[in-house]
Amino acid sequence: MRLEPRTETTLVRAVLMPCLAILVTLIIAGILVMLADASPLQAFSLVLKGAAGSQFAILETLTRATPLIFTGLSVAVAFRAKLWNIGAEAQLYIGAVLTVIIGTQTLGLPPVILIALMMIISMIGGSIMLYGPALLKTRFGVDEVVTTLLLNFITLLFVSLLLEGVLKDPMGLGWPQTETVNGEARLPRLVQGKRLHFGFVIALFSSIVVWVIMARTVLGYEMRAVGHNIVAARFSGISVNKVLLKTAVISGGLAALAGFSEVAGTKGNLTLDLSPGFGYTGIVVAMLALLHPIGVVFSAVFIAGVFVGADAMGRATGVPSFIADVIVAISLMTMVVAIMLTKFRVRFA
Amino acid sequence: MEALEILLSASFWIATIRIASPLIFATMGELLCERAGVLNLGIEGIMTAGAFAGWYTVYAGGDLWLGVAIAALTGMMFGLIHGFLTVPLGLSQHVTGIGTTLLATSITYFIYRVLLPQETSPPKIDPFAPLPIPFLSEIPLIGQALFAQTPLTYLAFILVGTIAWILNRTPAGTAIRAVGENPAAVESQGISVTLVRMSAVAVGSALMAVGGAFLTMSAFNSFFFEMINGRGWVCIALVVFGSWKPGKALLGAILFAAFDAYQVRLQSVVGNVVPYQVFLMMPYVLSILALIVMSRRAGYPKALMIPYLKGER
Repeated sequence: MRLEPRTETTLVRAVLMPCLAILVTLIIAGILVMLADASPLQAFSLVLKGAAGSQFAILETLTRATPLIFTGLSVAVAFRAKLWNIGAEAQLYIGAVLTVIIGTQTLGLPPVILIALMMIISMIGGSIMLYGPALLKTRFGVDEVVTTLLLNFITLLFVSLLLEGVLKDPMGLGWPQTETVNGEARLPRLVQGKRLHFGFVIALFSSIVVWVIMARTVLGYEMRAVGHNIVAARFSGISVNKVLLKTAVISGGLAALAGFSEVAGTKGNLTLDLSPGFGYTGIVVAMLALLHPIGVVFSAVFIAGVFVGADAMGRATGVPSFIADVIVAISLMTMVVAIMLTKFRVRFA
Repeated sequence: MEALEILLSASFWIATIRIASPLIFATMGELLCERAGVLNLGIEGIMTAGAFAGWYTVYAGGDLWLGVAIAALTGMMFGLIHGFLTVPLGLSQHVTGIGTTLLATSITYFIYRVLLPQETSPPKIDPFAPLPIPFLSEIPLIGQALFAQTPLTYLAFILVGTIAWILNRTPAGTAIRAVGENPAAVESQGISVTLVRMSAVAVGSALMAVGGAFLTMSAFNSFFFEMINGRGWVCIALVVFGSWKPGKALLGAILFAAFDAYQVRLQSVVGNVVPYQVFLMMPYVLSILALIVMSRRAGYPKALMIPYLKGER
């Protein structure tokens, strides 16, 4: 068996392959649903209904998509330059911590300034979280995959330390949680009485900004060049290390915004279960979007829909809602194969 | 003073070897994959799957050794998925590895919930019992630690020697090392790079799964969510720390485990001054420090993470 590069990628193939990937994912997920004694068709229709069947469902899906857009953008930016940031989870929590710290103070700032301040400070925090591993990579050749992964565990313990220590809510009845941020530090709701908040708009805006950076600036060009061929990039006079460090700053900052938006928008305070793995899911979001910043929005909404829909389906049928994680993982695998098949032809010889 | 007395207690050394055992299995597994040129970030998920598969086999009435075998097979299956995507298809080892971890973890949790829908406290099994070796286990201080462990621990130590012997003394080992250094040269010898790499990843993943099974079948006696808790990532750091050599990696695993056992005991000494989270953080911090110290002189396999596609130059 060998792979031959295709000379041209037809549009049909570029559309057909990802559709095939989704089909394969659904077939495997269907088999698992049958293992759980339920009908796959009924289960999938319940997922669809739970994710997009009503105004409430759609708003929930978009709320859930908001942090995923941020972490997806974070990963997309980093992976484009082949900086393997698996630490979006840690960067998210640092963003959340800083948002809580600022949001619970009485600073007397106008809400717009206050929210901007929370965004900027949490972005700086997230940037530093990834700058460290990036510096270790460029200076000492330490693989950033392992350092960012290990930092996720360290950060979660650090947050736990804060939640049981200095940031503990004295009125929290002993629960490890922080105080709720002040009213003016909360992001406004987009629909009266529903959870969807202004963070979603910031996420959409961020994806456009990231797209402009990636597609229209020198830095974006350099990042793509480093990711495409690091040796060629170096020969053409690009300072690879500087580009990687800048990438880390952008990527870490974006992941931190997920934490900011979850605290200031969705939850209001910080607990240890603020993120059910948004950082890791961001990797899948970015890969499904082929690392395209605008595509990230769509894949984040898709994946959020799978999670929200599977929760509803699980309540109705008793199929464990872990099926959503399975679908997300399988779709990552089938999609990377599909992308490869649009570029290569498999020959058996 | 109390902090130093810990080092002189037999229970500390027993715990060290017990904590090291799953790390040894998984580190040897990862080392085998990486020596063949394939980074396997599926390790964390494969350990989770192995922990569940082994435990459930016994829970469902199987023999303990059957549990180990089923765990190994489960690991091998996920290893073959990772191997197929990264070796013949040449996909990104980073992305596929993370995907393998997400896949193995989520399928394990899903199946756990399907098989045991209402369990709030995980059911227990009768795990491996310690098997003291006569006379040797009576040596003061280290006798109990080295010679009164469960059979799986002995197996872990035997495994290190076996892997070292295979890598350095057998034709199979030569082939594995060669595909990790210079795959084109191997292909020109008429050996299939794909076959060697796939086999290494399959066997390596089986070892990772046995490492996971150690936790549910020897260290503890039940399966619970998130029980691997980053151990897989630590093993990846241990491979780098050991410069891709089995003996050094073993040393790293024992050092790491000693540190882990020490911090647990230190908590009871100075726990009222320092928050417990600081102690729990230390093993991860130590792993990062070890990486920084070792990375410069690490002799990593030259073809690590570079896919080999036939006919491509």
